[in-house]
Amino acid sequence: MTDSSGPQRGLGKPLVVLDDVNKHFGDLHVLKDINLTVHEGEVVVVIGPSGSGKSTLCRTINRLENFESGSITIDGTKLPEEGKALAQLRADVGMVFQSFNLFSHKTILENVTLGPVKARGKKPAEAKKRAMELLERVGVAHQAEKYPAQLSGGQQQRVAIARSLAMEPRVMLFDEPTSALDPEMINEVLDVMTSLAHSGMTMIVVTHEMGFARKAADRVVFMSDGAIVEENTPEEFFTNPQSARAKDFLGKILTH
Amino acid sequence: MLELIEQFNVLGAFWLNIRLAAVSFVLALVLGTVVAVLRLAPVGVLNWFGSTYVTLLRNTPLTLIIVFANLGLWAQLGLEFVPRDRPNFILENNFWLAVLGLTVYHAAFICEAIRSGVNTVPVGQAEASRSIGLTFPQSLREVILPQAFRGAITPIGNVLIALIKNTTVAVAIGNREIAYAMRNMIEFRPDAGLLIFLLVAIGFVALTLPVGLLTSWLSTRLAVKR
Ligand SMILES: Nc1ncnc2c1ncn2[C@@H]1O[C@H](COP(=O)(O)OP(=O)(O)O)[C@@H](O)[C@H]1O
Ligand SMILES: [Mg+2]
Repeated sequence: MTDSSGPQRGLGKPLVVLDDVNKHFGDLHVLKDINLTVHEGEVVVVIGPSGSGKSTLCRTINRLENFESGSITIDGTKLPEEGKALAQLRADVGMVFQSFNLFSHKTILENVTLGPVKARGKKPAEAKKRAMELLERVGVAHQAEKYPAQLSGGQQQRVAIARSLAMEPRVMLFDEPTSALDPEMINEVLDVMTSLAHSGMTMIVVTHEMGFARKAADRVVFMSDGAIVEENTPEEFFTNPQSARAKDFLGKILTH
Repeated sequence: MLELIEQFNVLGAFWLNIRLAAVSFVLALVLGTVVAVLRLAPVGVLNWFGSTYVTLLRNTPLTLIIVFANLGLWAQLGLEFVPRDRPNFILENNFWLAVLGLTVYHAAFICEAIRSGVNTVPVGQAEASRSIGLTFPQSLREVILPQAFRGAITPIGNVLIALIKNTTVAVAIGNREIAYAMRNMIEFRPDAGLLIFLLVAIGFVALTLPVGLLTSWLSTRLAVKR
């Protein structure tokens, strides 16, 4: 494992392992021979042009999408096909979406307690206590009784993070968590993510926020046209990209 | 007019329509939800059962279904809802046979109304519920259906309005509801002509208008804010 300006931590055993994963949408080869190992406690940022397959990668790890060949294991366990076993595995893999996807008909508090009570079988009182701690941690505890539509985008996304955390996931996936936010709200979400990264959470984060990548990521994975083209430490990747496609891409996002 | 109402027990007849509609509506809601779940389930056979049910029931005339309930299910197969020694056995059994027909028929429409409600729920809601580890039935019960029902209030209200009016078909198997009373009035009081029609029409408007008002009020009040 290369080590440089990223956060200095010892990385644990391999937690999420993708081995030659291939996926098509009809004729479109959207994931091409993806090999990726994410270790316990590691933070991996996935970056790449729009349409390169980053969301599909996240969704495949969570099996919101099927794939045709290769294998994905979480802590050595293959992703189950369907049913209860898959639901249990999904409970171990948190997911934060670009569009928050909070349950619109439930209060903030209910959003956070639903999973622990229904999927984990926690007692409602216990789940509520834990939910309030998490809402406190992401700074929206005072909004617990409101509905999602009454909160700002930044607040909703922080609730979505708390909802994932309430499941005590082994790993968390973030799919462009700040792309749908007004600029002034981006930092409040990134701050929560950064502190989560520093607390040792294993994270796979699709984002173009270079500040976050530099501060929190151990590794940057660059995707283009469904393939992983380049991987490096954030510092190396941003200052010294190797492939032409990465150079081209960075040139474009840096000038904006 | 008052005299007509008394002489032909118009209120009693309407009361039977109301009872038919109320009982059938509740049962159709339950059955329609079950069929909708079949159609939504990620299991091919269940989908097939669900869509076959809807296609079959929705495209069969209601009169045929209700007459079949009477001649087929009762007269041929002996389906009885109440003990035979009841003094009003035939009337009571015919009530339930009509309820059966009205229920299975309108459940098909309720199913479709709920499905249109499901279409108002963004896919992200289902994905989020799967991603926190809910199983498919849990995600339906906790997330999809509660939102779908709120999005389906107006179409469900439309089914209820149709159901109220369709209760007149129950006369075909001897239920003494308003269409029966109307037939008697026309036969014995031909002089009252237009008044009879007016009376029945006003009665139905009085029943259905509040349903429309209530559902549009409910659908705004309970709308899921996104
Ligand atoms: N459900 C789908 N059906 C068909 N094509 C899809 C679907 N989802 C994504 N795609 C296509 O797959 C490619 C990768 O999409 P995506 O993973 O969303 O890319 P990214 O997140 O990197 O922008 C795009 O060309 C997109 O149009
Ligand atoms: Mg994407």
